[in-house]
Formats: sequence, structure tokens, C-alpha cells
Amino acid sequence: MADQIERSIGAGVQVIEDAETMEEALRRAHLEEQAGERRRMLVNFGPQHPSTHGVLRVLLTLEGETVIDAQPDIGYLHRNWEKIVEGWTYAMVVPFSDRNDYLAAICNEQAVVGAVERLMGIEVPERGQFLRVLVFELQRLTSHLIWFGTFAMDMGATTAFLHAFRERERCYSLFEEITGARLLYNYLRIGGLRNDVPDSWLKKLEQFLDDFEKEAYPSYWDLVINNEIFRVRTKGIGVITPEQAIAYGASGPVLRGSGIRWDLRKVDPFLPYDQFEFDIPVGTNGDAYDRAIVRMKEMMESVKIIRQVMKRLPDGPVMAKLPRALRPPKGQVYNRVESPRGEVGVYLISDGGTGPYRIKWRSPCFTHLMLLPVMARGHLVADLVTCIGSIDIVLGEVDR
Amino acid sequence: MPGWLIDFLWVVVKVTLVIAFVGVNFIFMVWLERKLSAKMQARIGPNRVGPHGSLQLIADALKLFSKEDIKPAMADPKVWALAPVVMFAPALLVFYVLPVGPNAVIGTDLNVGLLYLAAVSSFTLVGIFMAGWGSNSKYSLLGAMRAGAALMAYEIPLVLSILTVAMLAGTLSVQGIVQAQVDRGYYFVFPGIVAFIIYFICVMAELGRGPFDLVEAEHELVMGYQTEYSGMRWGIMLMAEYTNQFTAAAIAAMLFLGGWDGPFLPGWLWLVIKAYALVMVMMWVRWTLPRVRIDQLLDLSWKFLLPVSLLNLVVVAIFLV
Repeated sequence: MADQIERSIGAGVQVIEDAETMEEALRRAHLEEQAGERRRMLVNFGPQHPSTHGVLRVLLTLEGETVIDAQPDIGYLHRNWEKIVEGWTYAMVVPFSDRNDYLAAICNEQAVVGAVERLMGIEVPERGQFLRVLVFELQRLTSHLIWFGTFAMDMGATTAFLHAFRERERCYSLFEEITGARLLYNYLRIGGLRNDVPDSWLKKLEQFLDDFEKEAYPSYWDLVINNEIFRVRTKGIGVITPEQAIAYGASGPVLRGSGIRWDLRKVDPFLPYDQFEFDIPVGTNGDAYDRAIVRMKEMMESVKIIRQVMKRLPDGPVMAKLPRALRPPKGQVYNRVESPRGEVGVYLISDGGTGPYRIKWRSPCFTHLMLLPVMARGHLVADLVTCIGSIDIVLGEVDR
Repeated sequence: MPGWLIDFLWVVVKVTLVIAFVGVNFIFMVWLERKLSAKMQARIGPNRVGPHGSLQLIADALKLFSKEDIKPAMADPKVWALAPVVMFAPALLVFYVLPVGPNAVIGTDLNVGLLYLAAVSSFTLVGIFMAGWGSNSKYSLLGAMRAGAALMAYEIPLVLSILTVAMLAGTLSVQGIVQAQVDRGYYFVFPGIVAFIIYFICVMAELGRGPFDLVEAEHELVMGYQTEYSGMRWGIMLMAEYTNQFTAAAIAAMLFLGGWDGPFLPGWLWLVIKAYALVMVMMWVRWTLPRVRIDQLLDLSWKFLLPVSLLNLVVVAIFLV
């Protein structure tokens, strides 16, 4: 496996073409449009466009409706996250990290909290760890539901969008009950969780999982994924070869869609994932359809994990005994988690104070967005939208 | 009163009635679509203005009227301003030949009624293209180009499927076709089921409805040719769109489902009921299926619908002979 990947990296490096700055691309495209020789048209796709999933701007060079080039222009949501958190205490960093990938807040929290815990050598009680896995997978479910809804909407199927949001709404109500918030939870604490969950909540969760498995989930396949129009719209669109995926640093469903079995929950378990049984769905062709199938199947794997956690949930505290002021030793640590979008990593340097000296946020969405020109070239405008939807980006995390 | 004055007043009354019907129909159809889509999407839909939200569109219209009339700086003013009107006119013209009873046609029972319908209903494209071209916006232009390509592709199978009906009835007059179905005791949907399905698909593609709404594909072209329009200008475009949808369904009801024929209720009501049944099918399809891509849309017509409709025409001709 390892040397296979190494070989792929060696092959993939050649794929990267000469990069061109945004100004150069603009000037070139504008000149081409002015000259009119090749009948090219420069279209400003976004930032205020219905299907750019936030504030993404793509500079499209079109020939008719064929995409010749697509240059993503990012930074509209830049909040200076990494600089702002320098000098804050670690407890303050956690809620702000929620805002990065706001559709998977728990995963961000785990990335930050896990880094500090690793640096200080804190052992989270077992119940706390199990509950972390539970909310982590529930979060993956909600995130994939949003992806499913918006992806279907990109295809023009507005009804599936609301059907997905119906189930997501129930998930959020569950989250609200234990954390007090619906989107940005601030639930994970360094050393454990903010609070335990009551048994009645677990019953509600069980009920939700039953309903989801029996009714909602099969209806998603019937309504969208098995639809003939959906298939012809996604098959063979936005192909990422395994070499390209590795060379660009893709992770998560994008990498797995290209056929590489790489999931941090298996290869580098950051929570007690090695105690649970689940599969890693992979695609074969690396097109939008495969990525969609991977995410759809992952939803069910998450349900499987949540059920196992609930069955084996131990008793005990959820929070470790910690000193009042957290002062990790001098040093650095890289902590990575498998978020619904891929590898979210926190590179933390501590100078021994109560806050980070420097934090680098490794964003999977940023990495995947760089694949957009590779995917979209040669396709039609409609396929560009499919490509953007199939990599499931959150602009809040791209820009940070 | 002199005869010409009576004729003139009669025309005024008819035109007023038609326009009133178009207005009421627009309000009702938008409400119906909102409620139906809400039902399908596990929502409630409008329920604040009027009983069951039935007056929501009037509130919307008031809002549209009060909006600033924004004209893009680089737009061609005349073409741009005229486009909504040009789009709306053909929608009204279709009513001229609609038969609403055994001896009642809204305008005149033209002996080339079918040709007139085909010609008038495809005239909307001129308005769409004026909007796309006059806006001087790339998204609008792409939308208009798509509309042109789709109409070119779908008009031929559409006319061929209508021709099947003309052959079955032996006349081109719309009233004559309805009368033929009444006289023979069966509706043409049974011998002409293939033609009916082809007609239905083509009409949805030409109207830019359902899975074929590429012309204003929100997620690709923002709003297509409507991108630069706002306020009541956009409202008129929307009205033209819904009226076209109704007239297309009404034409299908007349050609294949016996038009005004039906027991107990007055003829015009039967026509409206049948048309609305078809409209609801269109809405059902629209809110269920994903959108096709432009090349797939054209493939469907040129490579599938056109040969099938030609074959259907030949088969029907052989059976008639």
C-alpha cells in the first residue's frame, strides 16, 4: 500500500502544470476575449452565484459553453483565523474553530482539542471518547446530508434538497438537546466533553436512526442517485485520477472516490475507531458519480458506527481531571482527523504558554478546490457546477 | 347601434375576458405550483396572505410594482424593454383559436388553426432572444442561445406529433379536431398515445419546464435570459411563462383529450379541468427530476424523438389508409 502510494506520487507530480497567477489569467483571458480570434468568452462565475456554495468566484474561460479554463478565486471569507487565535487561550480557540468548517463543527473541535491533548498527554475517559465518536459520526451524517441536498440542487432537483434537510433538521435538534446549539456546538473540551448525554437522548437518537435507515435513506437513492438523469449527469464528469488525487493532496471522499482506500479512521485512528467495525467505501472511476456513491455509503457506515457506540457505551465520567490553567509543554504537534470532507489537520506550536504560539490549519476544502480546473476543463458549464458540488467545499474553511 | 360598433364592443368584451382569465389563471397556477411543490417537499407553502395563502401572488405583484426599474447600463434600451411584451403577446394570441364549446371559439375557427398554433407558440423565442441579446449580459446570452437550440430541436417532433392528430381528424381546424373526437366517441390519445407523449415532452422542453429548464437554469446561468430583469418586467415574463404553460396544456387537452367534451359541466370548464390535470403532471415532473444537460437535451430530440415521431407518423398513416 505504502509503496503503491509512493509510486503514484512520483507519477502524479508531472501532472501539475505551470501555475499562473490570478492577474495573469485575467489579463490573458481578457486579451483573448478582446482579440476574439478563438471566440472565447470570459465569464465571472460568482461570487454571488446561486451554486458556488458560498462566496467562491471562478473565472471561467468559455468557448461556447465549453469550459476552457476555470480559475477559482478565493478569499472572500477570509477571517484571519490562524493569526487571531495566536495569543488566545486554548479554550477560546475551540469555539472559533467551529466557524472554519461550519457544517462539521465537531470535527474541527476534535482537531484542535486532540492536538492539545496529544501535546499534554491527557487521557480522555472512555465514555468521553465513545461519545466523541458518536457525535463525530452524527456530524458526518448531517454534513453528508447537506452535501446530498445541495448536490441534488446543483443538478436541478430541488425536492431532494428539502428531503435531505428534513432529516438534517432532526439531527440538529438532537445536537441542540445535548449542546445547546444547532450548528456551532463548542461541545468538545480539552480532556473530554462539556456534559454527558442523558439516556432519553440516546433513545431519541435510536428512533432517528431507525427512521433514517428505513425511510429517508432508501428514498434518497430512489429519488436522486438511481435516477437516470442523475447518472448521465455525473458519470464520467470531473474525473480525478488516483495519481492526480494524491499529487494534489486530496483526502476524504474525493480521494476514496478515485479508488484509494485511505481513511484516517482506519490508518491513523484518532479516537477509538479501531474498536468498531465499519467499511470504507471506495469508487473506481474517480468521477462525480463515484464520489457521490462514496458519500452515500458513508452515511450508512456512520449509522453503523453510532449503533455500535450506543450498544457498548461504558459508564463513567466524560471529562478528565485537569488543572485550572492548561499550559502544554514547549513543542509542536500535528493532529489530524477524518472530517466529512477529508483530512482536517491542526499543526500546533506551543511555547509553554496558555495559548498557541502558532496554529496552521490544514484544510481539505482548499486542497480540493485546487482540483477544480483539472476536473472542469473540457466540460460544459453545467458540469462545472457538478464538479464544484462533487468536491463538497465549505468556503468558510477554504478561506479561514 | 351600427353593426361595426356591436362587433367592436364584442371584441372588446372578449379580449377583456381573455386577459382577465389570464390574470386569474396566473394567480391560481402560481398558487397551485407553490402548494404542490410544498406538498412534495414536506413544506407547508404560503399560508399567510388570504385563505391558504391564495392571495400571496397579489402581495408579490405589489412588491414587484414597487421595485425600482433597473436597466443595465450597457443594455440595448429598446430591445431590452420590448422583450417582455414580445414574450407575452404570443401567449395571448393562442387563445384566439381555442374552442370552448360545441359552437363557440374564442376568436375565429381558423381552418388552419393547427398551423397557427404551432407558429404562434414558437414565437415566444423571439422575445426570449431579445431579452438575452438586449441585456448585454453573458449569462443572459447563454440562456437565450440555449432557448434557441432547444426550440429548433423540439419544434420538429412537436409539429410531427400534431400532424398525427391532423391526420386522424382529417382537418387542421382546432374546433374540427375536437368535434371529430366527439363524433367518433373516442379521444385521440388512444390511437395517438405515442404522439401525445412526444408532444408532452416537446412542450415541456420548449417551455423550459421540468427537467428541461436549462434556459433559466438557476444553478448554472443564474436566471438565464431573465438575469437582468427585475420588478414588474420580470413579473410579465413570469406571467408569459405560466400562461404559455397553460395554453400548451390546453392545446394538448384539445388535440388528445377531447377539449370541451364532457358531461354535466359547461365546455369551457371541462377544457380548464383537463388542461389543469396536464399542468399538474408538468409540475409533478418538474419538482421531481434533476435537470438534463444541454447536449443531452439536444440528443434526446435529434436522436430519439425525431425518428420516433417520424415513424409514428408513418405508422398512423398506414393504419388510416
